[in-house]
Amino acid sequence: MTTATAPSATSPAALRARRKALLQWIAVHALGVAAALFFVLPFVFVLLTSLMSDQQALTRDLTPDSWHWENYTKVFETEGFLTWWRNSLLYSGLGTLLVVVSSVPVAYALAKFRFRGRHLSMLLVIAMMMLPPQVVIIPMYLFWAKQMDLSGTLWPLIVPMAFGDAFAVFLLRQFLLTIPDEYVEAARIDGCGELRTLLRIVLPMAKPGIAAVALFQFFYCWNDYFGPQIYASENPGAWTLSYGLESFKGAHHTDWNLTMAATVLVMAPVILVFFFAQKAFVEGVTLTGVKG
Amino acid sequence: MSTDILPAKEAAAPAASGPVARGRNTLRSKRRRDALRTLAFMSPWLIGFGFFFVYPMASTVYFSLMRYDGLNPPQWRGLDNWAYVFSDFPQFWPALQNTLWLCVVMVSCRVLFGLGIGLLITKIKSGAGVFRTLFYLPYLAPPVAATLAFVFLLNPGTGPVNSLLEAAGLPAPAWFNDAAWAKPALTVLAVWGVGDLMVIFMAALLDVPKEQYEAAQLDGAGPWQRFRHITLPNISPIILFAVVTGIISAMQYYTQPIVAAKVASGKMGGSGEVFVPGYPDDSTLTLPQLVYNLGFSQFNYGAACVIALVLFAFSMAFTALLMRRRGGLIGSGD
Repeated sequence: MTTATAPSATSPAALRARRKALLQWIAVHALGVAAALFFVLPFVFVLLTSLMSDQQALTRDLTPDSWHWENYTKVFETEGFLTWWRNSLLYSGLGTLLVVVSSVPVAYALAKFRFRGRHLSMLLVIAMMMLPPQVVIIPMYLFWAKQMDLSGTLWPLIVPMAFGDAFAVFLLRQFLLTIPDEYVEAARIDGCGELRTLLRIVLPMAKPGIAAVALFQFFYCWNDYFGPQIYASENPGAWTLSYGLESFKGAHHTDWNLTMAATVLVMAPVILVFFFAQKAFVEGVTLTGVKG
Repeated sequence: MSTDILPAKEAAAPAASGPVARGRNTLRSKRRRDALRTLAFMSPWLIGFGFFFVYPMASTVYFSLMRYDGLNPPQWRGLDNWAYVFSDFPQFWPALQNTLWLCVVMVSCRVLFGLGIGLLITKIKSGAGVFRTLFYLPYLAPPVAATLAFVFLLNPGTGPVNSLLEAAGLPAPAWFNDAAWAKPALTVLAVWGVGDLMVIFMAALLDVPKEQYEAAQLDGAGPWQRFRHITLPNISPIILFAVVTGIISAMQYYTQPIVAAKVASGKMGGSGEVFVPGYPDDSTLTLPQLVYNLGFSQFNYGAACVIALVLFAFSMAFTALLMRRRGGLIGSGD
């Protein structure tokens, strides 16, 4: 505790104030620990169950009697699991790359160009951002499956990402607004073309915003369940981890230990990525709602 | 610096910045060049907007008036699909009721809890960074994995939660296997992942001017009065933002209820049994699930498009609400 010691620290009033501050410190931190337990215990129980023997996972025990690390090897040896990993990485990696590349120029135009229809474009970006994917899924599915014959692959999910994503455009624009116009104007006066201004001047300053967008997009693809369910369900070779995990439970009906191990393996990459990029991510969350 | 969500109206007028025009022709050609440049930069999104929004929306309206199963050519049916969904389709009203329940109960629980955790984190002095990370982590858990974990944690037979509840002498409900408890169980899951709201509320709470608290304290205002008269008015736009975006995502609620219902009922991919969404007893049905169910299980594309349009109308109505209040909603003015 860091209460400054007042000169009259021994007077009864000061003692009372210090006691009150100490009690408040204890109350706040006790609440903090209780909340932390609520947030962390589910992870702990999942982890502990993933290390139990299959019989013990069906009991009420909370901690394993013997530690079965081989559960994780078993999960990796499950047919398809490695393919789902590869597909998840492909979908998330390629999707993120395409969204960033295609959304940056749009966000730049919306933030720094003055043109007729800018207001309307921004309204439409927000409308698209709030649109549930299910609203347009029937025509989209009919297009990709019947016209392009691409059902059973992840391409119907990846290709649209080359045409900007409303959420990425919105978030990047909010970020680019915080970069003073003077930089852009100075570059223009120096005879720098718009594309060069964007690439050389604005992009280096927008790195945190781009990092946040890239993370959100990566997580979105990694977590996507609806997309793979629509387009890839007929072909297990195209499943992603998020989609395959559920059928993993179906195939290992009573093996809660293996299912929990698989669950850990789906959560782990996201949490690892978060630890490496925590700052950019939290900044991004704040940017979505509060700051402009 | 504009903190507004949208550019000001007057900004839409073409403002020729840069060197003042040397003549009419150069001005006109500069304008044309600017327009082309804007078009080039906007082009990915313009194509995407046309192809992934305008075209499928128009097509959805078209199919909502047709009878179409994906095999036979579409047949004009007027408003038959609409009549079917509203009066004969047995799952429509339960799904709407569930959505209403989620909008009221789940959204309020998330907002209250998020605000509480946000307040708590601003008061924690020691190890604030660690606490913040721990509180935030569940928000990141992939929805399918988190749902699977919670179906296990809350399973009535051997789940750790019910073991603990029984040990404490408390009633142990069947959670995802009981129609009355399935939505509360989903609410627990949603409250667990409250990290996004925590961060937003935390930022808003830290933005409240310190002087206001100091002045109130000098006037002898207690903690509750300070919260009621200073904190609350200052963060009310953020609360509204959290409620409206919460409602929008409650209407789109899909992955968690469908995975929970599949896993809890034991009828999922690989088990060989046909899954009927909404388990138990339609209690976890939501509108997006009906689009899937009608379109991709029953091949009734017409009726699926009707549900899609209902979903669209609701989403856009609440988005409009969000936009109308944008002045107070996004940031604290310019």
